[in-house]
Amino acid sequence: MSLARMEVYEEEFRHLESSLRRLRLDANAKAVFLIDRNGQHIAAAGDTDQFDSTSLASLTAGNVAATDGLAKLIGEREFSVLFHEGQRDHIHISIVARRAILLVIFDERSSLGLVRLRVKRASSEMDRVFEQMDQKAEMGFQGEAEPSPFSEITDEDIDALFSE
Amino acid sequence: MTFINYAAREINCKIVYYGPGLGGKTTNLQYIYHKTAPERKGKMISLATEADRTLFFDFLPLDLGTIRGFNTRFHLYTVPGQVFYDASRRLILKGVDGVVFVADSQPERMEANVESIRNLESNLRDHGFDLVTMPLALQFNKRDINGAVPSDEMYRMLNYKREPTFEAVATDGLGVFDTLKSVAKQVLVELRKK
Ligand SMILES: Nc1nc2c(ncn2[C@@H]2O[C@H](COP(=O)(O)OP(=O)(O)O)[C@@H](O)[C@H]2O)c(=O)[nH]1
Ligand SMILES: [Mg+2]
Repeated sequence: MSLARMEVYEEEFRHLESSLRRLRLDANAKAVFLIDRNGQHIAAAGDTDQFDSTSLASLTAGNVAATDGLAKLIGEREFSVLFHEGQRDHIHISIVARRAILLVIFDERSSLGLVRLRVKRASSEMDRVFEQMDQKAEMGFQGEAEPSPFSEITDEDIDALFSE
Repeated sequence: MTFINYAAREINCKIVYYGPGLGGKTTNLQYIYHKTAPERKGKMISLATEADRTLFFDFLPLDLGTIRGFNTRFHLYTVPGQVFYDASRRLILKGVDGVVFVADSQPERMEANVESIRNLESNLRDHGFDLVTMPLALQFNKRDINGAVPSDEMYRMLNYKREPTFEAVATDGLGVFDTLKSVAKQVLVELRKK
């Protein structure tokens, strides 16, 4: 995995999505989101329409980054789990495969204990998917039978983006 | 870090607006927000103090349209400029793809400009990035004020590697989109290389 790029292909994306869907059901959660640590939304499951996933991703990553900074200040490597308790809805945040963030939104139909338990299983599933992604990246995998669409980007393509 | 999702056919890139406090970084984002069609932008988030100073970051997601069938998204962030917020500033550079440096044209802010570029260089290095190879646009903002330092003088002080440079009045929008386009283009050209 290069520092400058993360690529998610069809196959891994489907696996991640299905892990998220199962987690959402097993944990009885409202919605679950997978976010990369730099603040980009990767995938989600559940009642995602009622949430602004782009804003969620950016704020969650900011939250995790700030908490990491706090951990280092007091000499901890990291705080592995964050939990925010609201009046109705609660948020459980954990790290997956060191580079992604799993966000679970739940209410009184679930519980912290249940969410914790289910997150553990889903995390180890997703760890494996990320490993597979790394292997593909190392082998220079260029997408399912399609050449990288970006090596061919022309100046005209780029200018066209800004034409309006 | 450019995030390419082949399944959703999306490219996501992260641009950070950097520079000394009160130079106009937040104003750049506000202008872009106001001038962008609703279907092309997400919510702008500002984590600010009560006095409207950026505390952690501003965030604006933009949709630039499609390129080779991929939906192209840019996430714009600003950093807090005050010297004592260095820890937060460093966090925001995580995974950056391109930087806009917003310099303040007021004579009394030249030292702060120079100091901030050095700070950018060193904070990037902490993340394993090199400003020499990072897509970069330099903006001389507040060209409207009386006694603004002449652009060529600012260029001599602040130019890092002959990066594209723009004069701006962010409050009126002058130069704001030109600066953004310049850095966005550089980021997309990088995609072609790898
Ligand atoms: N005269 C003038 N004022 C500006 C310009 N751009 C920003 N400002 C003002 O400078 C102050 C600080 O701007 P802000 O965007 O909050 O700076 P930041 O700390 O870099 O985010 C605000 O009062 C702005 O209205 C400009 O081009 N000309
Ligand atoms: Mg600001």
